[in-house]
Parts: sequence; C-alpha cells; structure tokens
Amino acid sequence: MLAVARTFTVVGVAAQEVHVEVDVHSGLPAFSLVGLPDAAVRESRERVRAAVSNSGFEFPLHRITASLAPADLRKAGPGFDLAIAAALLAASRQVSAEALDRYWLAGELGLDGSIRPVPGVLAMAEEARRGGAEGIAVAAGNAAEAALVDGLSVVPLRDLGQVAALGGPALAPFDRAELTAPSSNGTGPDPPDLAELRGQPYLRHALEVAAAGGHSMLIVGPPGAGKSLAARRLPTLLPPLRREEAIEVTRIASVCGRPPPPGTLAGRPFRAPHHTISTAGLVGGGSPPRPGEATLAHGGVLFLDELGEFSRQALEAMRQPLEDGSITVARARHSIELPCRFMLVAASNPCPCGRGESSDRCRCSEASVRRYEAKLSGALADRIDISLTVEQPSPEALRLAPGEPSASVRARVSAAREAQVRRLGAGRCNAVMTPAETRRACRLDEPAAELLARSHTRLGLSGRGYERVLRVARTLADLEGVDRVGAGHVGDALSLRRRQPAP
Amino acid sequence: MIIGACDACLRRALLIERLAPRIERVAGRGGRGSPELLALEDDRLASAVGGRRADDSLTDARAASARDLRRRVDAARCWTTCRHHAAYPVTLLDLGDEAPAALFGRGEWAALAGLDPTTTATIVGARRASAYGLGVAEELGRMLAGAGIVVVSGLANGVDSRAHRGALDGEGVTIAVLGGGADVPYPRRQVGLYRRIVSSGGVVVSELPPGAASFRWCFPARNRIMAALGKITVVVEAAERSGSLITAGMALDLGRSVGAVPGQVNSWMSTGTNQLLVDGAVPVRDAQDVLDHLLGAGSPNVREPGPALDPQLRSILEHVEAGHVTCDGVAMASSAPAHVTATALTRLELLGYLTSGHTGRYSRTPMVAPETADAGLPSGA
Repeated sequence: MLAVARTFTVVGVAAQEVHVEVDVHSGLPAFSLVGLPDAAVRESRERVRAAVSNSGFEFPLHRITASLAPADLRKAGPGFDLAIAAALLAASRQVSAEALDRYWLAGELGLDGSIRPVPGVLAMAEEARRGGAEGIAVAAGNAAEAALVDGLSVVPLRDLGQVAALGGPALAPFDRAELTAPSSNGTGPDPPDLAELRGQPYLRHALEVAAAGGHSMLIVGPPGAGKSLAARRLPTLLPPLRREEAIEVTRIASVCGRPPPPGTLAGRPFRAPHHTISTAGLVGGGSPPRPGEATLAHGGVLFLDELGEFSRQALEAMRQPLEDGSITVARARHSIELPCRFMLVAASNPCPCGRGESSDRCRCSEASVRRYEAKLSGALADRIDISLTVEQPSPEALRLAPGEPSASVRARVSAAREAQVRRLGAGRCNAVMTPAETRRACRLDEPAAELLARSHTRLGLSGRGYERVLRVARTLADLEGVDRVGAGHVGDALSLRRRQPAP
Repeated sequence: MIIGACDACLRRALLIERLAPRIERVAGRGGRGSPELLALEDDRLASAVGGRRADDSLTDARAASARDLRRRVDAARCWTTCRHHAAYPVTLLDLGDEAPAALFGRGEWAALAGLDPTTTATIVGARRASAYGLGVAEELGRMLAGAGIVVVSGLANGVDSRAHRGALDGEGVTIAVLGGGADVPYPRRQVGLYRRIVSSGGVVVSELPPGAASFRWCFPARNRIMAALGKITVVVEAAERSGSLITAGMALDLGRSVGAVPGQVNSWMSTGTNQLLVDGAVPVRDAQDVLDHLLGAGSPNVREPGPALDPQLRSILEHVEAGHVTCDGVAMASSAPAHVTATALTRLELLGYLTSGHTGRYSRTPMVAPETADAGLPSGA
C-alpha cells in the first residue's frame, strides 16, 4: 500500500515542496530511504522506527520503501521525520490517508514520539499556501512562527499520536489571537538607542544622512571612538519594516536557524561578521548553497569592522550584491538567488596600530601606514558614499546629557525616505539612483552649482565622486524637506565625501 | 661648454661602485661612516674596506676602460662630469677630500653647472611626516621656487618629495640627489615625480654610475652632497637621531646655514627640529624667512594673504588652528550645528586654507588669512 505526505526542504532562503512517498509491501522486513538524503535524513529511519513503536502504533514488519521526491534535490535536516512517519502510518493503514492530502507536515521526532521544532517553517508555510494546501502541521514550538502567514490553518502537534486526529475536530488549529505585536527595530528588553551617543555631533549627523538615503558609510577612527556603538544604532534610525519585508526577514532568520521569539516578526537585523570570515561566509555559498552574512543582514545593517583586515576576495565578492541587492550563488547542481538589500557600514582604524597619525604614540612605519591606506581605499571604494573620521570623545563630552533619541531621528529619516519613494518608486532610495535619475532629482540652485564646479578642480573630484556627492546632497535636501539642492547641502555632502590618499 | 669627465674620475666612480657591498659592511650603523671612507684615496679605501676581493676590484677598476663607462652613461641617457671639469658645481669643492670625483645625472645639466650658491636651498625632512610637515615642505618648495631659489632635496618619500613637488608647482628648478644610479628612480613610488623633475628643467644627480644599486651607506653619502649644494639646509620635521639631522650636521661642518621649521613641542616627530632651533638654527616659518636669510632682509615679499573670510569661516578656521582636526571636534568646540560646520570646512578647503586627508582629517595649509578691520578683537565663539 502506498501513501504520500508533503513536506519541504530549504533551498537558499525559500522552501521547496517535497513529496514523501512510502510504500509498504510484503517481503523481508527492511526500511530503505531514497532521494538524495543527507546523513541526518538517513538517520531519520531509526527515529521513525522508535517513535512509531513508542506512540502506540505498530511498526510494520514488511518491506518499507520511502522516497523523497523530487529525487534529484539534495535533502538535508531532520524536518522530514514527521512526514515520513505519517506516510508510513497511512501506508500501513494505521491513520487516515485523507488528512495527508490537505496538510503539509514538518517536524523532528524524538524517540518517544514527541515532535520538535525545525528551522524554516515560515518558509514552508508560505510555500504551502502557494501550493494550495489547507493547512500545515508542525511542532507546537513552530506554530506561532508558521501562523505569521495568513490564510492557512496551522495545527500544532505535541506528539506522533496526534497525527491520527489530524484533520478532525479533536485537534484545534493555532489561534492567531495569541500572536503578539511585531517587534520593533530594537530587539530585547533594552534596545540600543542613539541617545547613548554623546558629544559627537558630526557622527550623529552622518548616521542620520546615511539612514535617510540608504548610503553606505565608512567610519575611520581609533579604538574607543564609538564606531561600533554608532553602527549598532543605525538600524534604530531606519523606518520600521513593512509587513511583507518583515516576513521576508523573519523567514531568512528562520531558515538560518535563528528565528525571533515565537510569534514575533524580526526587526531590522544588525550583523557584524568578524574580519576572518570567508567569502562563502560573507556572501553565501557551499554545497548545497547556504546564505551568508550579507543575506542575514537583508533589510538591516551589515557592519564590517576593520574593513582593511577583510580578505580582498571577500570584499570583491560584495561588490555585485551591493549594486543588485541580491546574490546569485551558482553551483554545478543548483543556482540560487539570495536577497541581500542591506546598508553597509564599514569601520577602520586610521593606521595599523590604531592610534592614528595625529597621536604622538603612533610609531607605525611610513610603509606600513601606506599599505594600510592603500588597502582601505581600495576596498569597496566605489560603493561607499559617505566617509568620515572620528576621534575619542573628550571626558567632558561623555558627561553631557543624553543626545537626541533614535525615535525622533527616525521620524525625520522616515519623512525623507517617503519623499524618495514618491520620487523613485517603492523600496528605492537615493543611494541606488541611476545617473539619469540623479541628474533629474538633483536640481542645483546657482550657488550650489558654483560650489560644486569649484570643487571639481580644487578637490580633484572624479566623475563617480561627483555623482556620489550629488546623491548625498539630495538626501540632505530631503531631510530638510526642500526640493532644490542648495549650497549648504553640497558643502555638507562634500565634507562627507570619500577621499583618496595623497600620492 | 661640452659636458664631460676625465678618465681618472670615472675610474674612481667605478671603483666605488665595485666596492659598494664591502663599504656597506664597514660603514657602520646606517652607513654613517661612508663620507669619511669616500674621502680616502683608492688604495687606502680598498684596504680600509678590506676583504680578499678588494685588491682585485682595485686592479679591475684601474684597468677598466673609461670609454666603456662613457658608453654606459650614454646608453642610460645620462651625462657625467667630474671635479676637474667646468660643469662641476663649485660648491661641492667645499667638501674637500670628500667631494665626489664624478657626478652622473639626467636632465638639464646646465642647471647644475650654473648653480648660484647664494640662491640654492636644500630642504630635508622625515620620510614619514605629519600632514603639517608635508604641507609646510610643499609650500616652502613652491614659494622658494617662485622666488627663483633652486630647491635641492633627495627625492625620498615624505618631506623630500613634497619639497620637489612644491618647487615644480612653483615653476622653479629643483635638483634631486639620489643615493643609487641617477637613471634609477628610487624610491619607486616617486617615479612620476622623477620624470617631472627631469622634463621640467631640473636635474637628478648621483655620484654612482648609472645602474648602480643603492646601499644603506649611499644615503649618508648622498646627504653630504645635498648639504654642500645648498647655502642653507632647512629641516622640516625630524625626530631625534634622524638622517635629516645628519645632513644638518654636515651642512654646519661645511659652514653652511641650517634652518628648522618649528613643530609641536609634544610631538616626537618634531623633537629633532625643535632641538635644532634650541641649538641656534634659523627659525623657518615660511619661505620668507629663508629668503631673508639668503638674500638679506628686504628681499621680495612672498607672503600673500589668501581670499577674504567672513566671520563664521574665520571662527571655524581658528578652531582648526587650535588643534581640532575632525569635523566632530570643530563642531563640539564651536557649538555650531554639525552640518553648518561641515559646510564651513568644505568652503575653507575650497578656498585653500585647509586640506583634508583621505579619512577626512583636516589640516591647515600655510595660506595666510587676511587681516581684518577688527583685528585684535576675539572673533567667533
């Protein structure tokens, strides 16, 4: 007798439907599993055998063949246990096969028949709804996450015994009223806030401009100058994610095994990979391809501390993603596309020892400083719009009252972003304007045009640099809510520009 | 006048080139003993540097054909002169026994031959200098060249190359004295500057034949030529025990003047120059101080004030002068909003009062701010 259950496997950051076909027929007792299972999936046979016996069912002493279709897709993870066990029970007529047509199942089995949560159920729920399923059955711990997708009945299961009741009135679906409000940008009880940044008015200003225009930025300064403190607070300045964006971010977090607290949507992520990270770790890769930090930062901020220490290869791999907002990882077997629309914040010490040329304790050799500068200026040079140098705040500054909180800066940023959406279309910001859009959007008044023309010769601004200054000036005007770009905006944008090291 | 050198002097140059690796061994730490070694006659030099091969080198050099070396010089698109020739700069004869026998160079040899000792200044300083030192060196080079002074330096990274660059920007003549062969741009990074010097009426010169590799001892040896060429040697930023101080010492021994640019008293980069000032060097604040010393007081005025400043810009500029180098620092000190400060700093940069490093750190250029009507009153916050 044959039975089919439906479940999913993760491809990239999305779910793909997988059919679990189980055939039970006479022959020597055996249990084989086919369809490119990995080690964890293959071991599923032992868990299923024990769980079936320990849940009051009978494990059929027949020849059992389980097939995971499509057969050419590599399957990974323990999430197939529940579907295999359910199909096995249906094939041996211990439960009704009818419910398996209507519900997708996913969960890991304990030997006692209990069902444990698995990563990626939000992705499965979205795929199940697209596939026309009536509902999904998942571990109780996954139910709140799956219920974020509307229009789908989510049945929480505690143990394998409940599969018999699936589709019947005895098993209540998850009540969406239990869902709490989506989380805001900060996570945890005491989220970081810009108010903690004291006495660094220009750094604050630069953060606000970066947030308002989606500009990537580079902060250079000695240790203790507040570089990572500032970067960590950047997500709190961005407008909250729209619901569909938040679901996408949550889905990515979920398939990577780091879901937000049950029932909440993820806020804007902040990712700060260490500089020893590999290229695959940063942009995604491996076989089967897994998302990297760039994808985990989707919708939020990717912070690269010590930019100059990252491997050249890893940084080069970031260029295309920064432009396109997505990464294509191509392997012999599969090619997947991973989303990665994030804001880049890079930080660096001013010289190898970190104290900086202005410090009298810095004794870095001329050649080593030169190498450091060259590496820094080469890294992602044409992808960074804003750069500034910071210093350790003075002791007096640290005693100042807390600065303006994130919420009020966020209000200005949101207004500026709305102006950009009106001008450029949904989901776009000044940082991604094409040259033609830049020309159209940045109408300069007389003094501004004169200032910019002078800077061309005097400051050695390149064509690309010129574009960047215009885009940043546009953001500054948006923050003020004015249509024309003025000389003040251009002057300000010029001071935020990225400079090249002296010859 | 046809440029040329006598056979004996060319053979001497060849001998030095052959003995170079041996001189490296005996010239002491950093090769500082090299000027004394180079003062020795051929046989005594060979025996001083010792070694089994030294005598062979001596025999080889004596047997060598000066014609071959002349061909080599031509092939390297260089020229040569020697101390018995009219094109040899007379100031080098002050070195006595230490004077290089032959000189090899590339560029406008007449610039070297016609060198007027009274209008030649040597600028030396740290390879790794602060933005302040680099800015001062460039401005000194530019203003001195503009006033008709020939600027001599060593093409090294840092102060030296900035002084050359300034002189070229000031459309003047500049002379680079190299440690190795004159056809080898060293350090490599200055190859662009090297070409500019050669093509703009300047000279690149060395006492070693074209193609000669440079050793550590070549640089103290090169310094004595630089010290001898200038009537004054100006040191821009030098730490204690730096090579620039050795050059200054050589200049003093030759009876030349030494000038020093004052630096911050708490910066290790300026300890050497500040010590020179304590010891009686000529204080050099700008090109005018050098001109006053070279040509006497009342020499043409090179101090030109920059464009006019409104009170706000002047106030921001004063905060930078007070030592605030980042926009954050200036904004905090002036209590002006960050975007106003940023705009003001950009304006000052465009006017030429400030420059910014690649990380956005500002430094003051030597441009002089114009006097205001209310001078003496404190302006700004």
